[in-house]
Amino acid sequence: MAVTTSTRKRINTKNLSRANVKETLRQMRKQWTAYLFLSPWFIVFSIFTVFSLGFSLYISFHEWNILEATKLFVGLENYTRLFKDPKFFQSVWNTLLFTGFGVPLGLASGLLVALLLNTKVKGQGIFRTLFYVPVITPLVVSAVIWKWLYQGDYGLLNYYLLKFGIIKEKLLWLADPDLAMPALIIMGVWAGTGGVMVMYLAGLQSIPEELYDASKVDGANGLQRLIYITIPLLAPTTFYLLITSVIGSFQSFAHIYIMTNGGPLNRTNVIGYYMYEAGFRQYRMGYASAMAYVLFAIILILTLVQMKFVKGDVEY
Amino acid sequence: MAATAQEKELRQLKPAAKSFTRPMLNFVGKLLVYSLLITGAILFTAPWLWMLSASFQPLSDIFNWPPTWWPEHFTIQNYRDVLKAVGLGRWYLNSAIIAISVVVGQLFFNSLAAYTFAKRRFPGRDKIFVFMLSTLMIPGVIFLIPNYLILMRIPLFGGNNILGEGGIGWLDSYWGLILPSMVSVWGIFFIRQYMKSIPDDLLDAARVDGASEFWIYWKIALPLSGPALAANAISTFTWNWNEFFWPMIVLQSNDLYTVQLGLAMFFVKQRTVWDVVMAGSVMATIPVLLVFLLFQRHFIRGIALTGMK
Repeated sequence: MAVTTSTRKRINTKNLSRANVKETLRQMRKQWTAYLFLSPWFIVFSIFTVFSLGFSLYISFHEWNILEATKLFVGLENYTRLFKDPKFFQSVWNTLLFTGFGVPLGLASGLLVALLLNTKVKGQGIFRTLFYVPVITPLVVSAVIWKWLYQGDYGLLNYYLLKFGIIKEKLLWLADPDLAMPALIIMGVWAGTGGVMVMYLAGLQSIPEELYDASKVDGANGLQRLIYITIPLLAPTTFYLLITSVIGSFQSFAHIYIMTNGGPLNRTNVIGYYMYEAGFRQYRMGYASAMAYVLFAIILILTLVQMKFVKGDVEY
Repeated sequence: MAATAQEKELRQLKPAAKSFTRPMLNFVGKLLVYSLLITGAILFTAPWLWMLSASFQPLSDIFNWPPTWWPEHFTIQNYRDVLKAVGLGRWYLNSAIIAISVVVGQLFFNSLAAYTFAKRRFPGRDKIFVFMLSTLMIPGVIFLIPNYLILMRIPLFGGNNILGEGGIGWLDSYWGLILPSMVSVWGIFFIRQYMKSIPDDLLDAARVDGASEFWIYWKIALPLSGPALAANAISTFTWNWNEFFWPMIVLQSNDLYTVQLGLAMFFVKQRTVWDVVMAGSVMATIPVLLVFLLFQRHFIRGIALTGMK
């Protein structure tokens, strides 16, 4: 029986495959306007995404200076040069520091605000707006404001830290090699908390109330409910936020360009900024493209690791 | 008997004890929640309020120590300077032209593609869709250099011949900022998720009546997707208004600068004129702030929806 069915199936698929092709072509002709509707997207997408991705790889194998006519093919030289470039390693390290501290801190502070707002406080809408304003503020503007806040002589931060006795003397936030990166991280948390908060608020609202009621009957206290119900059920939101924030954080550029220019002593020179310098200041576009591909590889690996790490966790 | 009496007593006591501690805890808890929220809100808005306050103060007052939060010598001279001497007005116009063109283009092209992916059956649909979505994982910086070079080689623009040689193509023009952003994968995906919930019966009924697909899209699907379109429009506007990196790479002439680019370049060149820069910063934020405050509901719902795919 089993054999007959499988043979019949095989014969059928053979006949069908020919019929299928015909049917597909007929469908394609009949639904031609579907392809027409997609064509604007398709044109832009194939030029500026698909072709661009391949072109970028092609450039990365060349000595590519837009000011010079000949583009010398150098194979993998740009990549090998990258691995001998201490400045590149430092930029990778800086990027990891910026992301490794900034993203978890941003997620934690956003979650905290969301949890506080979710306790049915009065004026939830107003608080939400106030925490969200830094998110919509243009990054250029935020960078200008924070540049002032971090000013050594007149900056507001030093004034209040001195006033409350937290520091003894004025700190040169952005000019101090040890403080510049923490300063950028703090600003990043300020700019990112609101976005995280909104997502977590949406996530919190989708947790059914009955779960909490049931746990109350079982005698769970507030902290236990947070650890055993709220945080696990927010895992999909956390996962989404983690991936998008890491990708975003890895590409930081604008505020570094405006606030520190990668300094002092290259301590805030992140990959995004170093790439800009190589590509558009020194016109070494091949080298910068190689850097972009390495960045892509790092992000891809991190994303896959996060996926694997979270998959074991989010199963209900 | 004695035990039962004790139990009874306990049972009576327990709720009493509970109702005694609970309001206390609630009161303390509430106090904690509100004080944390208020402290947080002050910390998060202070930088922003400082910018607003400083923009109305003469330069010498901005350097006051301790800082003056309420302007002692209120002035609007900074705004006059940033508009006249610096030329923010022109940059404003550029930003508006670019952001509005992109929003209009995206609303049309995104929704057209979204309708096709959500409501039409045609060979290859799911494969194309998955392929499209997979590109969302690619970091944007990877496209900067190739897209810059592609723009430079657009034929018959910016002094280029038909082979795209000799000139600068779409670089240093509105085109380079508008056309590559005319349609976005995020927007298509987002609107498509929303359009999926439109009942097929409705569309099929129109098809039976002989309506064209474009008519169905334009007259049925589009009007039913208001919230998704609003969210897409608002986030696209905000993104394009705030964008800095790409305009900086594409634009060269001062006359074509966007607000963000102009402000940043001015600031980088003249780091001491904090009064004018603060006024410029307020001006650069007003449009997105207005859009956000007016459409806050759509905005937040939109952001929340994107995360809950």
